[in-house]
Amino acid sequence: MQAIKVRNLSRQFGSVTAVDSLDLDISVGQVYGFLGPNGCGKSTTIRMLCGLLKPSAGEVNILGLSIPEQAEALKLKTGYMTQSYSLYRDLNVVENLNFMAEIYSLSGRNKRLRIEELITRYQLGDIRHQISGSLSGGQRQRLSLAAAVIHKPPLLLLDEPTSAVDPQSRRDFWESLFELVEQGTTILVSTHFMDEAERCHKLAILDRGKKVADDSPKNLMRDINAHVVEVHTDSVASAQDVLQCLPEIKGVTQLGLSLRVLVDRQVDQAEDFIRQTLTSHQLTAVATQVKANLEDVFVVATMSQPSGSR
Amino acid sequence: MISWRRLWAVCNKEFKQLARDRGTIAMIIGIPVLELLMFGYAINNDVRHLPAVVLDQSQSAFSRHLTEDVAATQIVDFVASVATIEELDSLIRSGQVSVGLFIPADAQRRSQQPDRRVAQLIVDGTDPVIAGVVAQLQAMPLGLRSHDWLREKNNSFELRIYYNPEKRSAVNIVPGLIGLILTMTMVLFTAIAIVREKEHGTLELLIATPVSVLELLMGKVLPYILIGLIQASLVLGLGYWVFNVPVSGSLLDVYLATSLFIAASLMLGLVISTVAESQFQAMQMTIFVFMPSILLSGFMFPFAGMPVAAQWVAEVLPLTHFLRIIRGIVLRGASLGEMLTEMLILLGFTVIMLTIAALRFNKRLD
Ligand SMILES: Nc1ncnc2c1ncn2[C@@H]1O[C@H](COP(=O)(O)OP(=O)(O)O)[C@@H](O)[C@H]1O
Ligand SMILES: [Mg+2]
Repeated sequence: MQAIKVRNLSRQFGSVTAVDSLDLDISVGQVYGFLGPNGCGKSTTIRMLCGLLKPSAGEVNILGLSIPEQAEALKLKTGYMTQSYSLYRDLNVVENLNFMAEIYSLSGRNKRLRIEELITRYQLGDIRHQISGSLSGGQRQRLSLAAAVIHKPPLLLLDEPTSAVDPQSRRDFWESLFELVEQGTTILVSTHFMDEAERCHKLAILDRGKKVADDSPKNLMRDINAHVVEVHTDSVASAQDVLQCLPEIKGVTQLGLSLRVLVDRQVDQAEDFIRQTLTSHQLTAVATQVKANLEDVFVVATMSQPSGSR
Repeated sequence: MISWRRLWAVCNKEFKQLARDRGTIAMIIGIPVLELLMFGYAINNDVRHLPAVVLDQSQSAFSRHLTEDVAATQIVDFVASVATIEELDSLIRSGQVSVGLFIPADAQRRSQQPDRRVAQLIVDGTDPVIAGVVAQLQAMPLGLRSHDWLREKNNSFELRIYYNPEKRSAVNIVPGLIGLILTMTMVLFTAIAIVREKEHGTLELLIATPVSVLELLMGKVLPYILIGLIQASLVLGLGYWVFNVPVSGSLLDVYLATSLFIAASLMLGLVISTVAESQFQAMQMTIFVFMPSILLSGFMFPFAGMPVAAQWVAEVLPLTHFLRIIRGIVLRGASLGEMLTEMLILLGFTVIMLTIAALRFNKRLD
């Protein structure tokens, strides 16, 4: 079943095209990731899906509702975590939850039980009377998630929820997301962390407003349009200089004393190709083809745009 | 359709935030108290004890009586006596005295001749209020001690002053201050209350929830009606205890009129909040409303004395109408019924502003 169906969605800010002819198909019960660098249009897309920004063009259908016309009806069914912390810094944890509960028309016993349930689930018990402005990044994030799910929405839209959070909190946070998915929630989450992207059921890679890849992380890594070769050599810097200039090479990244080289898929013997190239420049090297990871996918996807200058 | 629960949730949240905001609480209490004391004590058009100098070339019993008569009015205090007109000029120019009394050598003879002036009053006219007060001396009956017959010549009219016979400025200022303070604080508080949510990013989350525009705007505004009434009570109470300004009309009328004026000011604040992007901008726009309110509403200067164009601007300001109502009730004991037109104008202003705010405020970021 489709939770989100988007066709040809675009948004202009003056002369800037923040989102460019985007198509999305997101099934119910998935964690769907938006991966992309800052400014690629993740927030703008999520805001349009919430009905907070009007699309310049395109059709959006979410949970059977047509957006932006039926945005108000959708607001009952979505939970939204904004990119920056957006609960009240001068209210404490319980007061914030209480406010959000009342805004979603919870009252009396139901409200109290739901708040207690969330406080337990998201470990907010020790800080329940702490002013939220003084919470740590991880605590704020747990509180924001608790507030976003207070009305048990079938769809969660999370805009870079982990960008201000330590690694352990990030792992815990993702555990919570999968718990929600098990209960049938659909989650759209934007990120610029590869490890998080890899945990999504499906993934869209955005680059300058355009979707440049869309599949499961596994398929994306399998179908990558490049050979990944690890190169060990004495003079890493010279080797990098040589390789970078070749049209067959899509990317070179230094990893400590070795290089990770992305070679065009058209090249048959990638390992030999690199070795021979380097030998012709009086450099000795050991080249080994390895499996692609998501970062390789990202590099290839974002460079293959015609206007790419990366 | 308004959900009262959501409306209450917004109100309640606003109250909690307000209760933790010491600066704002200090403003709520401090502004009325300070302004009242400052205006009540400092602004006084009924000036007395101006420093004065006398230049007496007559040096007679007549001239001494004349000087004493002038001093007896208490409008001036003679602090110096000089021998030449140059010295007198110099004292006035340096600001050491505001008034000079020049009595010529033939003063007594002049006083016998009805068409001639006895003496000359020289006034530093830089402050028109002072000049006006001293001008009263011109018509002073010279006669207690110097000449009896002049007394009749001067008092052609009998003057009766209603409502404020002592001409105390505090009486006029206290009800006016209610309006002035409410204009300043109410417009600013609401404007800032919404713009702050924009600035802190909390508005983005709020408009992604089912809360409606009307619930949001009303919920933000309602707590301030209570705050405004507290401020008005503070001014009225202090006015009564410190400056002895009683409320002639009904207290209920005062509170009804004040509530309506608060609502009008709050709505104006809402409109500002839909335009301003930052708290600083909201502050600037509030001042933009506040300045004409102070100057044109009749708070500072009598309405009737202003040019027609200024009167038109004044008619658009809610403070102008509120001042007419509140002065009527507090000072002249008028009833709301007699002030119906002004009340309807305020009501109309409120409705128009709310409509503009609700139309301009949409639950979107663009
Ligand atoms: N309100 C706005 N006004 C003008 N330009 C905007 C606005 N919001 C976003 N943009 C522009 O749109 C592009 C995409 O921004 P955004 O969606 O915030 O990217 P991301 O969330 O992926 O970092 C950027 O170039 C940004 O400058
Ligand atoms: Mg963003």
